[in-house]
Amino acid sequence: MAIVYQKSKGLTDLEMHYCPGCTHGVIHKLVAEALVDLNLLEHTIGVAPVGCSVFAYNYFNCDMHEAAHGRAPAVATGIKRVLPQNTVFTYQGDGDLAAIGTAEIIHAAMRGEHFTTIFVNNAIYGMTGGQMAPTTLVGQKATTAPHGRDRAHYGQPLHMAEIMATIGGAAYSTRVTVVDMPHMMKARTAIRKAFQMQMEGKGFTFVEVLSTCPTNWGMTPVEALGWVKDTMINEFPLGVFKDADSKEGS
Amino acid sequence: MTHDILISGFGGQGVMAIGKTLAEGGMKEGYEVSWLPSYGPEMRGGTANCSVVISDDMIISPIVLEPTLLIAMNTPSLVKFGPNVIPEGKVFVNSSIVDMAVERTDVSAYYVPTMEIAQKLGNPRVANMVMLGAVNHVTGLLREETVREMLSQLFTGPKANLVELNLEALRMGAACAANDACMIWSNTHEYHD
Amino acid sequence: MSKELWKGNEAIAEAAIRAGCRYFFGYPITPQNEIPEYMSLHLPEAGGVFLQAESEVAAINMVYGAAGSGARVMTSSSSPGISLKQEGISYLAGAELPCVIVNIMRGGPGLGTIQPAQGDYFQATRGGGNGDYRLIVLAPSTIQEACDHVRDAFDIADRYRNPVMILADGMIGQMMEAVEWQPSESRTLPEKTWATVGTGGTRKPNIINSLFIDPNESERHNAHLNEKYDVMRAEEVRYEATIPDDADVLFVAYGTPARLAKAAIRLLAKEGITGGLFRPISLWPFPEKPLNEAASAASVKAVVTVEMSLGQLVDDVKIAVNGVKPVSLCGKAGGIVPTPREVADAALAALGRK
Ligand SMILES: Cc1ncc(C[n+]2csc(CCOP(=O)(O)OP(=O)(O)O)c2C)c(N)n1
Ligand code: SF4
Repeated sequence: MAIVYQKSKGLTDLEMHYCPGCTHGVIHKLVAEALVDLNLLEHTIGVAPVGCSVFAYNYFNCDMHEAAHGRAPAVATGIKRVLPQNTVFTYQGDGDLAAIGTAEIIHAAMRGEHFTTIFVNNAIYGMTGGQMAPTTLVGQKATTAPHGRDRAHYGQPLHMAEIMATIGGAAYSTRVTVVDMPHMMKARTAIRKAFQMQMEGKGFTFVEVLSTCPTNWGMTPVEALGWVKDTMINEFPLGVFKDADSKEGS
Repeated sequence: MTHDILISGFGGQGVMAIGKTLAEGGMKEGYEVSWLPSYGPEMRGGTANCSVVISDDMIISPIVLEPTLLIAMNTPSLVKFGPNVIPEGKVFVNSSIVDMAVERTDVSAYYVPTMEIAQKLGNPRVANMVMLGAVNHVTGLLREETVREMLSQLFTGPKANLVELNLEALRMGAACAANDACMIWSNTHEYHD
Repeated sequence: MSKELWKGNEAIAEAAIRAGCRYFFGYPITPQNEIPEYMSLHLPEAGGVFLQAESEVAAINMVYGAAGSGARVMTSSSSPGISLKQEGISYLAGAELPCVIVNIMRGGPGLGTIQPAQGDYFQATRGGGNGDYRLIVLAPSTIQEACDHVRDAFDIADRYRNPVMILADGMIGQMMEAVEWQPSESRTLPEKTWATVGTGGTRKPNIINSLFIDPNESERHNAHLNEKYDVMRAEEVRYEATIPDDADVLFVAYGTPARLAKAAIRLLAKEGITGGLFRPISLWPFPEKPLNEAASAASVKAVVTVEMSLGQLVDDVKIAVNGVKPVSLCGKAGGIVPTPREVADAALAALGRK
């Protein structure tokens, strides 16, 4: 188990800028380890989003490409079409992927682009200071929803992993979290599987990870982990929504 | 008269609040004022600073590069901005955590153990008001009545008791600055009253 | 009227509500987030609607729809977000719809930096979207002025049926200054008979449109727009000129750099040099004639443009000065604000004293 607390060689030596208790760092680590263990790192190109993980291009120890806000799947498409043998992934937040970049992610999946998307869902806009995200829960407060997200005004959260599962070109769509060790191990397996399926040419692979934002949720790191387990998971159930490898996969 | 004030410290030390109180109080006292924060991701647990200009003349630039008065709430702030203070300027040091003396001899330094004084008042969160009290004693910018009026607008209902606490912090800060010992560096962080 | 201390972004939002703006569509981006955040809290209290869109593209098209329905509507963003709005802005101008767009500029290009800059001058004044269109662009240099501009912008937009842009750098958005709320002069504005609000069975349908597929018709439309722009050129020029009779050097700057130029003028005075400031307030229409006259004054030996970009405003200055005096540039880009000393030194260099 100690492995989780060791710096992977898939990550650079730079100190990460994430807030205390933010699980972006854990997710970076799982992605990096998967790339190292599957022996893919040297041939990987990652696409960084615009969000708190914008500096991911400094943290992953592989070639990285910065994208405009929401456009990572289009950039990744360009990369993968030029370099079909290489491993390509995008790492995106919920504002980036499920708001401004909704068209790009849906169409990348529709075309069955052979890259992997790691979707970090923390139910808020972290970088810009806690504004409402498409994944913000009904009633959850945000700086642009001061009285909480109102269903009549803003509808209900988008469930991206389920949506991706309905798209033909998507080979794998799952939702995991990293709030404790058992969940982390499942997340680790899911991320590996996604990269493996990419390299086997199965199609587009999508891993949604429920993540914390203690800073903008106004919680301590411990409270934030608890909130994911007690509240967020109820809205965003964990599980595999599509798996082209298994019979049940639609 | 123009005060070019730079206030710097860690995020969460009330740096922005000291600046806003000075600016708003200055405005209520009839001065021209401006307040300009540093902004960006570096504020996340990192350093924060703000520029406040208080003048009896029109304010030209809100950016304070060469402060007439520096409030250094932590050591990196003193290291970074100390050299920019104008000759004859004033440097207020949060001696509770700044672990070095002001080396320059052409400025006046005031060492204020804000946290020890706040602790004495039973609430560590008023440390920034203690600093404000010290600064205000030396500059004479704000009357206590003005500060009271602002605090009363800020703390209402169940929080109304915080008005007196903050005013007491202001007075303790002023008393600290009134004591000559305040101008002598000591690393014992003792509150000399 | 008593003075209140306001942060630029919040003051802009409050000024819009006071001007009767009841619809706001936006998307988060630093350093303008306080505008949508303020609106999300206070616009509903005023009986209005705040909506966070899924992107700037969506937000400006929501503005397009709301403006077509006759509403007083605003959006705000910062540089990369304003880039995304360009398509919508072109449509708004083409379909002649009034609205107010606020750009709290940050450094570019691309994702750039969140620190203040003025690199969107060309985009704002030349039209970042397609086609021959113009925005009225107002550039405040104090919070008070930002409030006054927002107040006027809605009326100007309605008068001309044209988008108005408030162009300010991140510094103006983030700083706090005293504000006195000024009532707007009551102007009689044309009725919005063109709005699509339902015919009510009493008139022919209204159509909001920018498509004129027949080139002759399209040319007529462009000519009509241009006539309107000529009226704006004649009536909407704004500037501030603080120029002593014996000015040796004339600074031209807008927004925050105009304040720095004033500080530089004080430094130069100590060195025996007299400086003046010409501050364009309407960046389009640009105060071409007044600037030419100011530069033509016999005492003026050099014109120095100060901008937080690397040679954008200076193009308009050169066009206006038209060779009567040498024009030079003191520019900083990428989020760095020039210091008064640098500005003063640029003047010394222009005067051949350094
Ligand atoms: C075109 C454009 N619009 C807006 C922004 C501002 N912006 C930066 S990050 C961000 C959203 C971040 O939220 P999310 O994707 O949920 O990631 P998180 O920070 O929570 O990890 C926004 C709106 C931008 N950079 N570019
Ligand atoms: S703001 Fe939220 S998402 Fe961003 S680093 Fe901090 S905790 Fe993480």
